[in-house]
Amino acid sequence: MSQTISAHVSDQNHGHVDQEGLKTLGFWIFLVTDCLLFATFFAAYAVLRTHTEGGFSAKDFNVPNFIIETFILLTSSFTSGLAVLSMHKGNKKGLIRWLIITLLLGAAFVGLEVKEFADLAAEGATISRSAFLTSFFALVGTHGAHVTFGIFWMIGILFQLSKRGITPVTTRKVSLVSLYWHFLDAVWIFILTVVYLMGVM
Amino acid sequence: MDNSHFFVTGDPMIYGADVSIILVSLAIIIYLTYFKKWGWLWREWITTVDHKKIGIMYLLSSLLMLFRGGVDAVLMRIQLAVPNSHFLASEHYNEIFTTHGTIMILFMAMPFMFALFNMVVPLQIGARDVAYPFLNAVSFWLFFLGAMLLNISFVIGGSPNAGWLSYAPLSENDFSPGPGQNFWIWGIQISGIGSLMTGINFVVTILKMRTPTMRLRDMPLFSWSVLASSIAILGVFPIFTATLAMLTIDRLLGGHFFTMTGGGNPMMWVNLIWMWGHPEVYIVVLPAFGVFSEIVATFSKKRIFGYASMVFSMIAISIVSYYTWVHHFFTMGAGANVNIVFAICTMIIAIPTGVKVFNWLFTMYRGRIRITQPMLWFMAFVPCFLVGGATGVMLAAAPADYQYHNSYFLIAHFHQVLIGGVVFGYLAGMYYWFPKIFGIKLNERLGKWAFWTWQIGFYVCFMPQYALGFMGMTRRMYTYNSTMGWDMGWAPLNMISTVGAFLMGIGFIFQVWQILYSIKHGERDVTGDAWDGRTLEWSIPSPPPVYNFAILPVVKGRDAWWYQKQEMQKGSYQKEAVKYEPIHMPNNSGIPFLMAVCFFIAGFGFTFEWWWMGIAGLIGVFITLFARSFQYNTDHFISVEEIERTENALRNHGSIHRTAN
Ligand code: HEM
Ligand SMILES: [Cu+2]
Repeated sequence: MSQTISAHVSDQNHGHVDQEGLKTLGFWIFLVTDCLLFATFFAAYAVLRTHTEGGFSAKDFNVPNFIIETFILLTSSFTSGLAVLSMHKGNKKGLIRWLIITLLLGAAFVGLEVKEFADLAAEGATISRSAFLTSFFALVGTHGAHVTFGIFWMIGILFQLSKRGITPVTTRKVSLVSLYWHFLDAVWIFILTVVYLMGVM
Repeated sequence: MDNSHFFVTGDPMIYGADVSIILVSLAIIIYLTYFKKWGWLWREWITTVDHKKIGIMYLLSSLLMLFRGGVDAVLMRIQLAVPNSHFLASEHYNEIFTTHGTIMILFMAMPFMFALFNMVVPLQIGARDVAYPFLNAVSFWLFFLGAMLLNISFVIGGSPNAGWLSYAPLSENDFSPGPGQNFWIWGIQISGIGSLMTGINFVVTILKMRTPTMRLRDMPLFSWSVLASSIAILGVFPIFTATLAMLTIDRLLGGHFFTMTGGGNPMMWVNLIWMWGHPEVYIVVLPAFGVFSEIVATFSKKRIFGYASMVFSMIAISIVSYYTWVHHFFTMGAGANVNIVFAICTMIIAIPTGVKVFNWLFTMYRGRIRITQPMLWFMAFVPCFLVGGATGVMLAAAPADYQYHNSYFLIAHFHQVLIGGVVFGYLAGMYYWFPKIFGIKLNERLGKWAFWTWQIGFYVCFMPQYALGFMGMTRRMYTYNSTMGWDMGWAPLNMISTVGAFLMGIGFIFQVWQILYSIKHGERDVTGDAWDGRTLEWSIPSPPPVYNFAILPVVKGRDAWWYQKQEMQKGSYQKEAVKYEPIHMPNNSGIPFLMAVCFFIAGFGFTFEWWWMGIAGLIGVFITLFARSFQYNTDHFISVEEIERTENALRNHGSIHRTAN
């Protein structure tokens, strides 16, 4: 990253703005706004947490399931970090390998979440059962949708990497997707704490 | 959901609208086909990523929406002109005030604001485009198709009718079944995503794309106002997106965020929507302040008084505006202490606003004032905004608000700040920068007619409403009884108010005439500096070439162009040797338009709860995103020869001075 930016700095005087750096900045700002989006869902959850209407409540979450989910997602964050490290070493093979592992872990996470939702629904704990469940499904589902989007994004980048190798543009793309991935990890830690741990405790 | 009434039927006005929509569409299609303009439309406009053209498209659409919202307003005023009127049915009245409010704020004020952002900011900071030209096109098309989605509701499916902020639980399935409410949700959701991206775009543009010699503290105040407004967009549009998503979940999936049953909390809707809604009104008014700062300095031939305090007060306004939302529902019963905090925060905003007004007046003091069209609108703004602000402080007094909450007093207040502040400001901006973007000055005579009919119309329309509010008339009331004898109750004042609305309508017609007339016969500006301006946009030809600046301007302080002109006059200006370099520009792309079309399809599908269509639309959105990601050939260079050719042609055309040479 730093390399590409400095390579462009001299250009800047001639009015050619460093495109990759600009996009990175924009993406950071986007993440801030995405944070606020999640914050809104968190706020709604906080308000409606106790409105269970005598149905499923936060005490009843399946503990092993969310522990495994957490473990998988944290690991995938680690592997996406390894992918970026390989990229900086110029190791295209390693980069692709770690990215694939990351997205498989992501898919496993989404799979577990879908299973969790399906189990809940089978118990009658559907999104329309109570305000608590509505806010729960909305918050956790929004996170899950973000992870799913990230998986597809990574697949797209993988194709580009295999075709073009490690270029300033693909470097920026990999950096951004991994930034996104870490961000989702951080949001998950909040979900884990606020929704699951504080729920079952 | 009951989809049996796909087309709205039964009302002669709707049939009239149907016919005119079909006729206009046919006329456009025939025109484009006959003159073989389809290719031109696609190449020059639909696929453009040029900020100036995007600005023009925003301007056109917002004027169109001003017309639609204005027709709504006039219809409502006709209904209210006399007691016991049967012009509109109650349901129809509800629909009209809902679409009027939504369209005026989200599809008139916002795009008008983005028009000014796009037409002015890059030119003012010495940039060749915005930071993300492609994203800029995406934002425009999302706005445009979102607006169209809401607009078709009155002929297809039925209009929303739960008010411009669609309070829950009224906006939930139980009370608003049918597609109307969904049109509202998806129309503003889609365009809101576009607004959020524009916010990001302009924050980065202003922080990163200024010509290297321009420090932030040399930046023109309009650009500062855009920065403040864009930061506020980043702060609140995510809340908007999430809140609309929650209502969607309630309506589409049977959720209970805001329902009366299932443990939902309708007041949470009111809180969330105003957490966005209040800052939103400051988002639209801050750029109007910025416009006035430019205009006052230019037409007083003085640098702006109190530049630093201007910047500071804009930032103060955008921050404090986050903490005032409860003033929209003091009567909710949050308790005295909560109300006090929000009342005080609301009143605090008057302070930085007052600072700004005084700074403008001090700038004019001892200035060489020229009363041009932009300046006229500024001078109309000051008293109008002053009264609007004062009644705002009255409304902010929480205990008193229990009396006039939701009355016509409120209607008069917010129209006074929205029209007097936002609309006057943007119109002033349009008059000021029209010569820059089009190279044409707008006709003075017609402009004055427009100005005075607007002004008189405004006061005739809204002053009586303050009194009506005190007399007990509440907002959203579709009809009222007559009283016999000398005391005719609310009737006379309502009639007067309606006359005012018609006058404003006539003012608008004058403006349309003025623009069309000026395009044909108006005075051409060949200098590039139509008003003897102070900031960089006046240093380049009008209309500017695609790349704006052949050579990035060198800025030595505030009001860069003004000081350069003075140096040029004194003869002390150092001409730098002209040495062009290839200019890096983005390629046009059809993807933004296609992406927005897919969003439109998705929105339309979900509106009618046709899941297959909604999901197909969303898949389309992902495909366009993917297609973009795989595009590597996204930019090109303009060669030195081409720049030389363009610049020479422009110079021969008559433009006299140019920054760098
Ligand atoms: C051009 C002259 C205008 C006239 C004559 C006018 C008239 C009206 C009328 C009659 C109402 C309905 C009052 C009621 O029954 O409650 C209304 C509501 C409203 N207007 Fe305007 N208006 C004008 C311009 C604007 C502009 C420029 C804006 C915004 C930028 C605006 C924003 C609103 C909003 C937000 C509402 C509230 C809608 C609701 O109750 O849900 N209006 N206006
Ligand atoms: Cu407010």
